[in-house]
Amino acid sequence: MSHAITDKRPSTLRGASLPKWSPYAFAACSVAVAIGIGVAAGLSSKIQWGLIAAVLFVVITYGVAARVEGRRQAKDRIATSFVWVAFLIALVPLVSLVWVTVSRGVKVLDVYFLTHSMGVVADSEPGGGIYAAILGSLEQVALATLIAAPIGVLTAIYLVEYGRGSLARAITFFVDVMTGIPSIVAGLFILSLMLIFEMQPFGFAGSLALAILMMPIVVRSTEEMLKLVPNELREASLALGVPKWRTILKVVLPTSLGGITTGIMLAIARIAGETAPVLLLVWGNPFINANPFEGAQASLPLYIYQQYANSSGSGAAYDRAWAASLTLIAFVMILNLVARGIARWKAPKTGR
Amino acid sequence: MAKRIDVSGLTAYYGSHKAIEDISMTVEPRSVTAFIGPSGCGKSTFLRTLNRMHEVTSGGRVEGKVLLDDEDLYGAGVDPVSVRREVGMVFQRPNPFPTMSIFDNVAAGLRLNGSYKKGELSDVVEKSLKGANLWNEVKDRLNKPGSGLSGGQQQRLCIARAIAVEPKVLLMDEPCSALDPISTLAIEDLIGELKERFTIVIVTHNMQQAARVSDRTAFFNLAAVGQPGKLIEIDDTERIFSNPSVQATEDYISGRFG
Repeated sequence: MSHAITDKRPSTLRGASLPKWSPYAFAACSVAVAIGIGVAAGLSSKIQWGLIAAVLFVVITYGVAARVEGRRQAKDRIATSFVWVAFLIALVPLVSLVWVTVSRGVKVLDVYFLTHSMGVVADSEPGGGIYAAILGSLEQVALATLIAAPIGVLTAIYLVEYGRGSLARAITFFVDVMTGIPSIVAGLFILSLMLIFEMQPFGFAGSLALAILMMPIVVRSTEEMLKLVPNELREASLALGVPKWRTILKVVLPTSLGGITTGIMLAIARIAGETAPVLLLVWGNPFINANPFEGAQASLPLYIYQQYANSSGSGAAYDRAWAASLTLIAFVMILNLVARGIARWKAPKTGR
Repeated sequence: MAKRIDVSGLTAYYGSHKAIEDISMTVEPRSVTAFIGPSGCGKSTFLRTLNRMHEVTSGGRVEGKVLLDDEDLYGAGVDPVSVRREVGMVFQRPNPFPTMSIFDNVAAGLRLNGSYKKGELSDVVEKSLKGANLWNEVKDRLNKPGSGLSGGQQQRLCIARAIAVEPKVLLMDEPCSALDPISTLAIEDLIGELKERFTIVIVTHNMQQAARVSDRTAFFNLAAVGQPGKLIEIDDTERIFSNPSVQATEDYISGRFG
């Protein structure tokens, strides 16, 4: 009879365990010791202090846990603390990048800066703005998307729904190769065409190079999204007597629309920061040029580069470069948020 | 408007692998025919050859004849899309379209084919949902997503979707294997009602189910793993389960095999 057992033997299921706050205590302790060592040894670099603290944290955690809880729990804790340390180290560059960009960028970032262009303002003097650059970037990226997104999505549809045999394999291979094309090479390719036809730099040439860079990313992400659509849905639709093309259009694409849009948005975010092809093909322009098909245009990444490179160390130009960087990061972040919003909105619904 | 199916000398392949060999049978209109047999014996493959879904799988091809009221489904110039409009299918796992509401799911066949008149759509949806015994459960939430229904309701939704396009034949590939006994009973009752209007072919692993719902039963078997599946015999369900003419059938039904 199991309920008759009343003797108070120590439970085999429960062992000694460290309190919940112990990781924080180890962290505080290792930071304190690291500061002590750093001061005592006169180490000037704070990075060294941080690394000492990280190593101490892992060592202390393992030592104490092995003593109190046993070796298996100690290994569990050491794995957890490695994950935490790796996470914090990965966070350092990200946070510092955002912090530096924001703190330096807000100096000159205001409505005037966003709605005016450089015009005749000299690079070394304060004033001016990035209106022309924003306009140029938006136009070039929009045109590149108009070219790359449909071709990319259609290619992915071919590969997933129709592609069999050597043609599909060849396309997959070339898409992989294209993913690795350096952006300057895409720029040179369009530049060589421009030279053949004796054209002057203009915005659309940049769009073409950006489209080359964007296409493989769109193909790859769309392909993965289409592969996620369960085959049963295709079969259900085909079994209703729906032709294959309508099945793809009305069942497969709507089911994966959220993911495809996210992929395109991320591809846009990726090309919005490209500098090299724009430098070669669009040239930059301090004046507003709203026509992407004629004459040099400005662009945000190019603006940042030029403010930095052409101003011979003027503080005003540096401030403008940082403010433009902040604008570019904000643009990419907004695109990401929009993509997430669309993905959530279009996700297959499960509500009752 | 049910139609008769006449299969003669049908062999189906996956690439170079022969999955089923030389199958001939007749399926009477307005009746339920059940396919039983061990896993991998080609029941589902054979079922999928009856509406040309077999060739959707890569490498799938078929030899032989399938006559639907004297018209060969594999004849020259036959459009598989039109075949599938005549021969509907319900799958093993309920698969409502996740982006569509209950209403849109049932209307999907008509809408995607573009073969409907304005105004008749809601009538067809109501009729099909009533035909699938689902109307009373969903009539207040036709605009909710179909994936929010229970498994048994989803499967009846899929049946409603299949009968909405008014096929002549309805193929069911283990329609109850993912469902609980109560939902299974609901579907079996439904099959009994549907056979008034359609020719029904059902694949099942549940021999009691075959005995309960079908008029005729076909037993499939394969000599060994890797060998093609073959039709051992087809007869009235009563005879198959009481006095089959082949020893292998009796062994399988009474659990004395392998």
